[in-house]
Amino acid sequence: MKKTILSLAAAAAVMSFGTMAAEAKVKACWVYVGPIGDFGYSYQHHQGLLQAKEKFGDELETAYLESVPEGADAERAIERFARSGCNIIFATSFGFMDPTNKVAGKFPDVKFEHATGYKREHPNVATYNSKFHEGRYVQGVIAAKESKAGVAGYIASFPIPEVVMGINAFMLGAQSVNPDFKVKVVWANTWFDAGKEADAAKALIDQGVDIITQHTDSTAPMQVATERGIKAFGQASDMIKFGPTTQLTSIVDDWGPYYIERIQEVVDGTWKQSDIWGGMKEGHVVMAAYANMSDEAKKLAEETEAKIKSGAFNPFTGPVTKQDGTEWLKAGEVAEDGVLLGMNFYVKGVDDKLPQ
Amino acid sequence: MRIELVKRPERSQLFAAFSPFIALGLTLIAGAIMFTVLGKDPVEALYYYFIDPLREVWSLHELAVKAAPLILIAVGLSICFLSNNWNIGAEGQFIMGAIAGSILPVMFPEFQSWIVLPLMLLMGIAGGAAYGAIPAYLKVRFNTNEILTSLMLVYVAQLFLDWMVRGPWRNPEGMNFPETRTFSPSAVLPEIWSASGRANWGFVFAIVAAVALWFMLSRTLRGFEVQVLGQSPRAGKFAGFSQSRMVFFAFLVAGGLAGLAGISEVSGAIGQLRPTISPGYGFAAIIVAFLGRLNPLGIIAAGLVLALSYLGGEAAQISIGVSDKVVRAFQGMLLFFVLACDTLILYRVRFVGSSAAKTVEATQNV
Repeated sequence: MKKTILSLAAAAAVMSFGTMAAEAKVKACWVYVGPIGDFGYSYQHHQGLLQAKEKFGDELETAYLESVPEGADAERAIERFARSGCNIIFATSFGFMDPTNKVAGKFPDVKFEHATGYKREHPNVATYNSKFHEGRYVQGVIAAKESKAGVAGYIASFPIPEVVMGINAFMLGAQSVNPDFKVKVVWANTWFDAGKEADAAKALIDQGVDIITQHTDSTAPMQVATERGIKAFGQASDMIKFGPTTQLTSIVDDWGPYYIERIQEVVDGTWKQSDIWGGMKEGHVVMAAYANMSDEAKKLAEETEAKIKSGAFNPFTGPVTKQDGTEWLKAGEVAEDGVLLGMNFYVKGVDDKLPQ
Repeated sequence: MRIELVKRPERSQLFAAFSPFIALGLTLIAGAIMFTVLGKDPVEALYYYFIDPLREVWSLHELAVKAAPLILIAVGLSICFLSNNWNIGAEGQFIMGAIAGSILPVMFPEFQSWIVLPLMLLMGIAGGAAYGAIPAYLKVRFNTNEILTSLMLVYVAQLFLDWMVRGPWRNPEGMNFPETRTFSPSAVLPEIWSASGRANWGFVFAIVAAVALWFMLSRTLRGFEVQVLGQSPRAGKFAGFSQSRMVFFAFLVAGGLAGLAGISEVSGAIGQLRPTISPGYGFAAIIVAFLGRLNPLGIIAAGLVLALSYLGGEAAQISIGVSDKVVRAFQGMLLFFVLACDTLILYRVRFVGSSAAKTVEATQNV
């Protein structure tokens, strides 16, 4: 409190700053769960912000908060943006779901966009997510082609449907090449913790895997794989500079097109509530350049990618058997989105017990 | 040229009063330098840091939301630290209080009545206190080091919460996401003045607890016992005070208050249990306790200052676009200077073998 008294003099001089930036037509704001320097998930959302900034120039004012904890702090961060004149707010982590909806009820004129959630309690809340599992299927194909051991290691974050879906897609992709392929899973229980992720990578390599893939956000597993001389897949962003001789490819989350589209709708006054789940077709999921692999693997990967992109093939197409041996999808049957979004079981071949 | 710290014969009243202001001055100077080097206007940065969060009513509410758990936990810890019990595990006691308090709204959601909330709070206190009793028992019975046991139990509590929200307590309508069902309205801690913001009764609990413990420490025999056993266990023994009972007393009070903070946070600010419910309040409260010099009333001020630095940090991030790393570095400077300047209460600085010019140079290097 005493701090305020001493700074009062300074305050008077600064009052004018508040009104300076009122030129832009639209203000868009982002709340990130991690640091923008993670070179993974939050970094990619921030790349989306930068793309939007480049596209709209002076028409658009932006602001962001990074490393916002999921919990009571998230609501404050979102409300702060709503009060500070943001027209559209992108809350980019699952844990921001309830705070987003709560604040949205109080600010009906502000548009709220929540990534990876399912609650849209007010007409001014939309949700969006990407079909990362499409990229994971392609990774699985590559892994089965390139692995000599026939076992890949999977560093997973939390056993939520999104992550389980990714493991299953990877498994199915690998099985399409080698029906006996195995996947070992380590749960890091974090989205971003370089130390834990590195430990997980080391543990998996010690168990004999010769390819690592991750659903966590740091570049540590890529670096460990490089040290041990095995191959790995990047996550969320193109991590090739962290593993020039290691990275096979990476699933790049390209949020830019979506952000530009939605901000444009706010400008035009046509923004409506929606639930967007875009994949390769929509350009939301992009594969980084295929590298460090045989021509044969590269060709197969490109074919698989093209097949998914054109909409001709869905990674979750039967016949698929669950881990417990029961049939999930009959031959030719395609999984419904609703089942995928609540997925809490493994398919056959995953060498792990799903934490329940 | 040497700089020496010479112990004062007694505490300096002058510096006891002025050290926070010296610390503030040094923080402002160091902060201004840092912001200037980053190419930001230092006056603007400091304005957003310290003044902006206090300008609006909703923001004051947020200050109370952020400060409440810090104060509530820190006043409990002050009893521990004063009596020489190094309870580092308030984070775990916070979590266990939250879990115990959530039993009713999660397992019996259809049980809705005015009695639900008081029961939840009591169960929260009981849960935190019971969890605090574990390191206390281990210390008294087996003479284990409570720093280690209480700290390790934090990780146990975190993993237990994680397991609960993914497993037995997972919301059946929640698409398998790791969180419990949201609490029914009768299980939500009300807001104090909901027309203007979301500060809840947790802040009132914090103030009441601080005043009550201040009264106990300064006006009652039990408070005297805490201080005597903390400063001189032998003297306390001669006075007939029981060391073992004090260990339990300190851990139960601290655990109970941390548990109350936990259930208040979950019921008031979050509305459900999630894999993480605290951004490290239990650890930040250790800083708050020492920042407030282990005096419950000082802790109220310290809790508000630390909460202000979080809010100001956000305001600075948004308004002038500094990264959150800068914000944390600045917060660290504030805490460092406050604690470092307290050295001046017990020590004075002496420059040995110096000319006047060298003294100036040395001060700049400090």
